[in-house]
Amino acid sequence: MTTAQTEAVAVSSDDIPFNTHKRDWKKGAIIVAFCIIPVALLVIFTYWPFIQMCGYSFYKMKYIGTPRFIGLRNYRDIFTRPELLATLKLSLYYMVGALIQVALALYLATVLAFKVRAGGFFKAAMFFPYLINGIAVGFIFKFFYTRGYVLDTVLQWCGFSQDSLPYWLKDQSINNWALVGSSVWRYLGSTLILFIGAIMSIDSTLYEAAEIDGANKWQQFKHIILPGIQTILVLNIILSITGSLSAFEGPYVITSGANGTGTYMVQMDKIAHTDQKVGLASAMAVVLLVIIMVCALLQKIIMGVLFRDADDGTAKARKKAAKIEKARRRELRKANRVAAGKAPIFKNGKAVA
Amino acid sequence: MTSATVQAQPVQKVSFWYHFKQWALTFLKYLSLIFVTFWMLLPLVTCFFTAAKDTKEWQSTSVMALPKNFFNFSNYVEAFKLSNMGVAFRNSLIVLVAVCFLTTIIGTQLAYVLSRFTFPGNAVIRTAFLLASLLPGIAMQVAVYKIMGTFHLINSLWGYIIMSMGTDVISIYIFIQYFENISISLDEAALMDGASYFTIYSCILLPLLKPAIVTCLILKGVGIYNEYYAANLYLQDKQRIGTVAISLYAFTGPQGSKYNLICAGVIITLLPALIAFLLFQKQIYNGVAAGAVKE
Repeated sequence: MTTAQTEAVAVSSDDIPFNTHKRDWKKGAIIVAFCIIPVALLVIFTYWPFIQMCGYSFYKMKYIGTPRFIGLRNYRDIFTRPELLATLKLSLYYMVGALIQVALALYLATVLAFKVRAGGFFKAAMFFPYLINGIAVGFIFKFFYTRGYVLDTVLQWCGFSQDSLPYWLKDQSINNWALVGSSVWRYLGSTLILFIGAIMSIDSTLYEAAEIDGANKWQQFKHIILPGIQTILVLNIILSITGSLSAFEGPYVITSGANGTGTYMVQMDKIAHTDQKVGLASAMAVVLLVIIMVCALLQKIIMGVLFRDADDGTAKARKKAAKIEKARRRELRKANRVAAGKAPIFKNGKAVA
Repeated sequence: MTSATVQAQPVQKVSFWYHFKQWALTFLKYLSLIFVTFWMLLPLVTCFFTAAKDTKEWQSTSVMALPKNFFNFSNYVEAFKLSNMGVAFRNSLIVLVAVCFLTTIIGTQLAYVLSRFTFPGNAVIRTAFLLASLLPGIAMQVAVYKIMGTFHLINSLWGYIIMSMGTDVISIYIFIQYFENISISLDEAALMDGASYFTIYSCILLPLLKPAIVTCLILKGVGIYNEYYAANLYLQDKQRIGTVAISLYAFTGPQGSKYNLICAGVIITLLPALIAFLLFQKQIYNGVAAGAVKE
């Protein structure tokens, strides 16, 4: 008996480690097999260039030839060269444009998220430009803004004379706004779809309840929709800041950065590939990355603050509830003990109380 | 009786103003929608008009005038030949199919491993991918260009395909989210029946992942079809390996003012996107919404 038992134990205890060992090996194999390609690609095309770029930014170098270490001079150049400082100012235009885009998309989304005649058509017409490639958008807007063409014709219908209209892409006082307009045209749809999705996910009974209570549309917007899409709104505003710093395709294609429309990225592209100043371009990329990282951090903090406010209420309430519950139980136990002393037959307090 | 009439009058008065206000609000709502839609469609519609005009008609009529014949395809034919779009469409198709196929496979595999197994490095890989999504791709090209040079991947369609595969972060996050919603008891049941991990992935989980795959494919497909910065940088022999997005470059330079041709070229390049949009509208909306909310 005992020998058989020990034998059985020995066999089973041998079996188990063997099995787990085998399965672990299989697990490890599948983990390695499935991870190796994507991780290798990530390292080769994202992290390795990132590290190299940080290194380049301390050198004066071209694609070919020996680099020369110059320390932080590239970084100093970014903040002292007037043409590069001007590009940072340019991104303010795009920031304003992006905020207008967010506001417009928010309005349109609150309209289109509910029953609207031909709502699908409006949504599709506003979204489709997002699917057009950058070069085509560039040509479309070159055509749109050329003197005497589309925009001028429409404005003439509205009573403006041709002579009073500026050259949309050459006049330095207006050409950046024209480019911002094309960027809003292109990206409005994606913001709109995001907001519509967020608004649709709000519980629809809330609107009914609000309507019965006599809330008008503005009050519904302010007290139901706005808090409901807070997260996505903050996300979009932050994205619009980072996006406006990296505004690139519009000016790159439509004006090639001429007449004072070269944004930070356009200048960086020119410095990297036309002037071949790899070191300076790398430093510019690193500065951009730092700004974007700060914005991402800012987003986390803002979200954290927003959610902590929301959490604080529930957490406090929960604590209070727990305290009351604890006190109630203590009372109950006390009562039980007293009751138990008086009537030992019933052990449950309830029956006594 | 009297009390009823007294009550009815103010109600009627309020309801008139109420109706007027409702009507005005509805009017303003539709007016604003039509106004925005007008500006959204105007550039495209004028492009379409211009593409149907021959050179003589284009020079003699206003930009906004309707063309005499909407079915004048001569500009389309000429633009197609001039910018060598036959080759461009072939190249774009190769890139599109290869990148979509490969990213879906490696993306779902990685997401499967990350969502189903706990192992040292899981969190590290997740964070690495998340951080990578913050890095702006175009800014990094300075250094990527040098790396592509070392691997001799510049001026090769496959080099471009491999590079495009490496920068796909959003779809991996969509896949992980989707995997986490599929019950793990499914895996366990299959494991009891003797299925290997690869079988579980390929025969059980992959079919369930279809909606997410469709969403990501469309998102990725549109992105690849329209991507042109890297294509312009790495596919330098544009006549041979240029994609559709950069085929329009043929119209810069001496052809730069023949807007009827340019517009025809633009319409040709956006046609595939339009068809995809009309067919997969819902999935595209889902993809855009999912792509932005990756956290």
